[in-house]
Amino acid sequence: MVPIYYYIALSAVLFTLGALGVLIRRNAIIIFMSVELMLNAANLAFVAFARLHGGLSGQIFVFFVMAVAAAEVAVGLALIVKIFETKQSIDIDQMNLMKG
Amino acid sequence: MNADFVLFGGLAIVTVLSALGMLFSRNAVYSALYLIFNFSTVAVFYLMLSAPFIALAQITVYAGAIMVLFLFVIMLLGAEQTGRTPPTWWMQPLALTLAAILILEGIYLIFTHRTSFPALQQTLGDFGDPLQIGELMFSNYLLAFEAVALLLLVAVIGAIFLSRGRKFR
Repeated sequence: MVPIYYYIALSAVLFTLGALGVLIRRNAIIIFMSVELMLNAANLAFVAFARLHGGLSGQIFVFFVMAVAAAEVAVGLALIVKIFETKQSIDIDQMNLMKG
Repeated sequence: MNADFVLFGGLAIVTVLSALGMLFSRNAVYSALYLIFNFSTVAVFYLMLSAPFIALAQITVYAGAIMVLFLFVIMLLGAEQTGRTPPTWWMQPLALTLAAILILEGIYLIFTHRTSFPALQQTLGDFGDPLQIGELMFSNYLLAFEAVALLLLVAVIGAIFLSRGRKFR
C-alpha cells in the first residue's frame, strides 16, 4: 500500500497549481476551473485522511463538497454569461466598474 | 517497489501534467478537456483509497455534469481564446516563483514529518461501500443533507433568475 503522505503531497501540489491558475490567467472561466481544481485537491486530502483514520465522515464531507461545488458552478456560470452579455468579454481585467 | 507504487507514480505524473495542461492551454476548450482528464485520474486515486462511492460520484458529478456545464458555457459564449489585455509584466514570474516555493516547501514539510503519520491499517472488507455511507448520511448527517438539498434548489432558482430572457424582465 502507498503511504498516505504521498497522497497528501499530491493534494498539496494540485492545490498550489490551482492557486497558480487563479493568479496567472485572465480568462474568468479558466480561473473558475482552477477553483474547481483546488476543491478537488482538498477532496483528495479528505479521502486520504478518512482512509488513514478508518472513519467514513471524511468521505461524506467530500460528497457535500461536491454538491456545493455543483451549486456554485451553476450560479457562477450564469453570472459569467450575464457579464459576457454586458461587456462582450470575460477578461477579468475588464471587470473594473467598481474600481475607485 | 511494488505494483501500488508504480500505479501511484504513473497516475500522479498524469494528474500533475494534466493540471499543468489545464493552466497553460491557450484555448479554453482544451483547458476544460484537460480538467476532465485530471478529475478522472483523481477518481482512480479515490478507488485506491477504498472510496468507490466517492470515485463514482466524482466521475458523474465532476467529470460529467460540472464539466459539461463548463463546456456548454465556453462554446455558447465563443470565449475559447483568452483575453486581449496583457497582464502586468511582473505578475506571472512572481506567481510562478511563489508557486514553486510553495510546492517545494509543502513537499519538504510533508516528507520530513512522514513519521508522524500513523501507519496505514488494512481496512475491513466493506469500508466505504455505498450502504455504509448511506446509513451514516441519513442518520448522523441528515440535517446537512437536507441543507444541501435546499442549497441546490436555491442555486437552480438563482441560475434561472440570472439567465432569464429580456421578455420576463
